[in-house]
Amino acid sequence: MGLLDYFRSNQPKSSANVAKERLQILVAHDRATRGQPSYLPQLQQEILAVIRKYVDVDLDAVSVNYEQEDSREILELNIVLPDVPSAPRI
Amino acid sequence: MARIIVITSGKGGVGKTTTSAALAMGLAQRGKRTVVIDFDVGLRNLDLIMGCERRVVYDFINVINQEANLNQALIRDKRCDHLYVLPASQTRDKDALTKEGVGRVLDELSQSYDYIVCDSPAGIEHGATMAMYYADDAIVVTNPEVSSVRDSDRMLGILSSRSRRAENNDEPIREYLLLTRYNAERVDVGEMLSVEDVQEILSLTLLGVVPESKAVLTASNNGIPVILDRESDAGQSYADMVSRYLGEEVPHRFIHAEKKGFLSRLFRG
Ligand SMILES: Nc1ncnc2c1ncn2[C@@H]1O[C@H](COP(=O)(O)OP(=O)(O)O)[C@@H](O)[C@H]1O
Ligand SMILES: [Mg+2]
Repeated sequence: MGLLDYFRSNQPKSSANVAKERLQILVAHDRATRGQPSYLPQLQQEILAVIRKYVDVDLDAVSVNYEQEDSREILELNIVLPDVPSAPRI
Repeated sequence: MARIIVITSGKGGVGKTTTSAALAMGLAQRGKRTVVIDFDVGLRNLDLIMGCERRVVYDFINVINQEANLNQALIRDKRCDHLYVLPASQTRDKDALTKEGVGRVLDELSQSYDYIVCDSPAGIEHGATMAMYYADDAIVVTNPEVSSVRDSDRMLGILSSRSRRAENNDEPIREYLLLTRYNAERVDVGEMLSVEDVQEILSLTLLGVVPESKAVLTASNNGIPVILDRESDAGQSYADMVSRYLGEEVPHRFIHAEKKGFLSRLFRG
């Protein structure tokens, strides 16, 4: 380490470190969604739209999980409803 | 039976064609009968890097469509006896690459060559998937840069699911990492992902690190694969890469910046 680097060492993280951390998150996400049916994001959107017709849920209230085991595929749907049910919107 | 090697990356401009030319020349120089195929239909440039662009008569698509036979289309390298180039078509669109057609040509080449090097186009579309479909080995060319590393990882996903070996449940494609356009000075000051960073993310066998080098442009200006420039850092690192591919153990070079004197260390950056 050079002398000047020593004085710089209390500066923010290097850009290479930022790049590495961003990549680790990105790649983990890419890998998790790899091999999933391509209709999944749209399915998630449409289910969310239907639910929001009746219940005032957050945009991230619906999660769709896809898993493949040897001979079967599992589609897991998770919907988080608000604590205090709000009045139906229609 | 030939071994089929795909040079792939996802991202464009990372050094696939430079690498294909270097690898093919390096293998041929070691006496391996080698053919290098340009899969970049519509944007051919392997012939330029190999310096044989004025000798192109027929191309890969002509052979697939049986408008010419392989002997008519293959261009023999003038510098090296065992090396042949199969150029891409400049005019057709990439749908002309059919799985059956590509398979037929590779089968025929397999009879008389030891290695078939497939220079993939960028992207993850048809041309790129055709270049990797029949591969036995894949060299994933990556630059130390976020979008290139991400694309390489996506390419690895495709290699493990959409290749002939994957579909037939054969032994998977052997995957290697080649890090190119590496700038050791910038890595040292934390401005560029290091070889360790990239390996940690992609976890592949490291085939080599090719430095960012002026020699690459000079070589392409002259139509001479950079591996023939033995004086240059890039040429030497490509020669090491070929040795490693053939199973020799060669220490990595050009990963660390040259040691500088006290004063420049003091004022570095
Ligand atoms: N190690 C390197 N150092 C400097 N320039 C390089 C290096 N590798 C490739 N290049 C340059 O980058 C550009 C793209 O290279 P190319 O091999 O055509 O990439 P690709 O086939 O992946 O699109 C070219 O201009 C080439 O000269
Ligand atoms: Mg190219």
